[in-house]
Amino acid sequence: MSAEIPEVESVSGTGVAIRGNDIDTDQVIPARFMKVVTFDGLGQFAFFDQRFTDGDEEKDHPMNEPAHREASVMVVNANFGCGSSREHAPQALMRWGIDALIGESFAEIFAGNCLALGIPTVEADEETIEDLQSWVEANPDGEIEIDVASETVTYGDRTVDVSVDEAQRRALVDGVWDTTALMKANAGEVRRTAEELPYVDLDGD
Amino acid sequence: MSEGTLYDAVWDRHRVTTLPTGQDQLFVGLHLIHEVTSPQAFGMLEERDLEVAYPELTHATVDHIIPTADQSRPYSDDAAERMMVELEENVREAGIEFSDPGSGDQGIVHVIGPEQGLTQPGKTIVCGDSHTSTHGAFGALAFGIGTSQIRDVLATGTVAMEKQKVRKIQVDGELPTGVEAKDVILEIIRRLGTEGGVGYVYEYAGSAIESMGMEGRMSICNMSIEGGARAGYVNPDETTYEWLAETDYFRENPEKFDELEPYWESIRSDETAEYDDVVRIDADELEPVVTWGTTPGQGVGITQPIPAPEELPADKQDTARRAQEHMRVEPGETMEGYPIDVAFLGSCTNARLPDLRRAAAVVEGRQVHEDVRAMVVPGSQRVQAAAETEGLRETFERAGFEWRNAGCSMCLGMNEDQLEGEEACASSSNRNFVGRQGSKDGRTVLMNPRMVVAAAINGEVTDVRTLPEVTAR
Ligand code: SF4
Repeated sequence: MSAEIPEVESVSGTGVAIRGNDIDTDQVIPARFMKVVTFDGLGQFAFFDQRFTDGDEEKDHPMNEPAHREASVMVVNANFGCGSSREHAPQALMRWGIDALIGESFAEIFAGNCLALGIPTVEADEETIEDLQSWVEANPDGEIEIDVASETVTYGDRTVDVSVDEAQRRALVDGVWDTTALMKANAGEVRRTAEELPYVDLDGD
Repeated sequence: MSEGTLYDAVWDRHRVTTLPTGQDQLFVGLHLIHEVTSPQAFGMLEERDLEVAYPELTHATVDHIIPTADQSRPYSDDAAERMMVELEENVREAGIEFSDPGSGDQGIVHVIGPEQGLTQPGKTIVCGDSHTSTHGAFGALAFGIGTSQIRDVLATGTVAMEKQKVRKIQVDGELPTGVEAKDVILEIIRRLGTEGGVGYVYEYAGSAIESMGMEGRMSICNMSIEGGARAGYVNPDETTYEWLAETDYFRENPEKFDELEPYWESIRSDETAEYDDVVRIDADELEPVVTWGTTPGQGVGITQPIPAPEELPADKQDTARRAQEHMRVEPGETMEGYPIDVAFLGSCTNARLPDLRRAAAVVEGRQVHEDVRAMVVPGSQRVQAAAETEGLRETFERAGFEWRNAGCSMCLGMNEDQLEGEEACASSSNRNFVGRQGSKDGRTVLMNPRMVVAAAINGEVTDVRTLPEVTAR
């Protein structure tokens, strides 16, 4: 298998602001779109019920605005991605075009799922987020740069401090977020750990 | 950091190494899979030409998309059929045991694991499903994982995780009549918030938890995730062991029971264990809790007024305002009398045999309100069969409930069981998010199973304690 895991030291692009606390994964990707066996094509269903009416007409939603269609940085509020463990949620956002999220806070499984895709979820306080969201709304084509390594976000003429979970930061910056490759290398130790456990019955033992 | 807790003990026994990211690589003792979150992971495995490392520690079921009425193949929904076929192929190729509908063992993943004795104290258990926390009721360390992590577990038998803090939630006292495990967990989430548990694992302890049966403990651990905690557990005790002894695994391997008991005893939290936080709850003060909003933390005692958004912490006000608009509830009122159109008794929170028994006792001799569509969806085929043998099916059907086959059903509306339009549903499930039950205008009120059937009978949210049968516990 390939050991080429890209390092994600920084992400840049234009932004889109999704306002509101406690935005759950059922909103990010409604369950009816999860009846799929691959993640391909999920992008169009991201935030579907917020973006479209029952008759599939476009509603007023930042992701529908032409100015935000190319956005790659999503700016959100608190507890974003709460609810289910569905990786369909970050997959849908990624396939819509999102490469990074900045928010007040993220649900843990959601952030973990993002990391597995190489998508940083960086955090900042309420005021910083509010300022950034307003700026994004006023400057849809303005460039935002997230420096994961130094934990800063630069937009317009401002640079603000953000925080990145330490394990996430190391994983992204050192290019070790593909845990399958990392952990596969320890197969021998895994087996020894397993054999020490009283309840484990392995085939071929 | 915590010390001497079950969490610490189980973590240490399963830690393989520390990864360059600073995360620990943990061995996974049981990997449960279902049709919605596993196919993409198998796809990723194939892309990289990897095999399933420990098929013997993996077990599959089908639950989310399975129709609960006509289950003849091919399923009438093409997408559901495709997902089922994909799962069948994946488990066959990898040599993974599959509790398929033909086996009589199929059901919701968090019901069948414990039922078959796969769930055991001191195991690490993962599944691509956030309610994997349910298995913690047995003193297992169990948590939901995303699809990339499923790939990790399939390929390596391990998962990368950061150790969390441990909060002990001490529930002492005796639950009053009509109040059950579901109310305890709704109350916990109401008090600590849906984010309160982020970064924590919850240890549920205290006399009220100890006197609870395994099913009640499962209902509580199930909703740890709604409180933001990725895992929750109860230390194993005699109640746990009695339950285990009756499961397939230990009936078939009775010698294993004696062999493993010392291990189970060894992982229990010490008397002197240190916790990162302790929260105390007085069981005697509780009453049935129902939700008034669109997150599981927006709950209220049945006789208590719905809070005004401005009474809530600043960061909750906006969500509360939107929720009250969606639910069409007014602050100051109670939820009692809130009209409902649908009653759903099911899900991995509350569709085990004792849940159905308690609910049936309320239903006996009564009729579902003429404006209500009511259904019972047992958590597994075994629950269903046992309930039918006991005559519970007849009780429900006579009263006008639909009796369905096992699956997730209207808990998330991935099959044909869905809310329509603005219907309001009294639901024994765990999530009341907008759109959760299949209609984005639908309204979900979470409550305990007896409250669900009481609502079905009266056509409105009802304090089950006002019904005479309930006084005889
Ligand atoms: S019953 Fe509901 S919560 Fe439980 S596994 Fe199924 S969909 Fe998830």
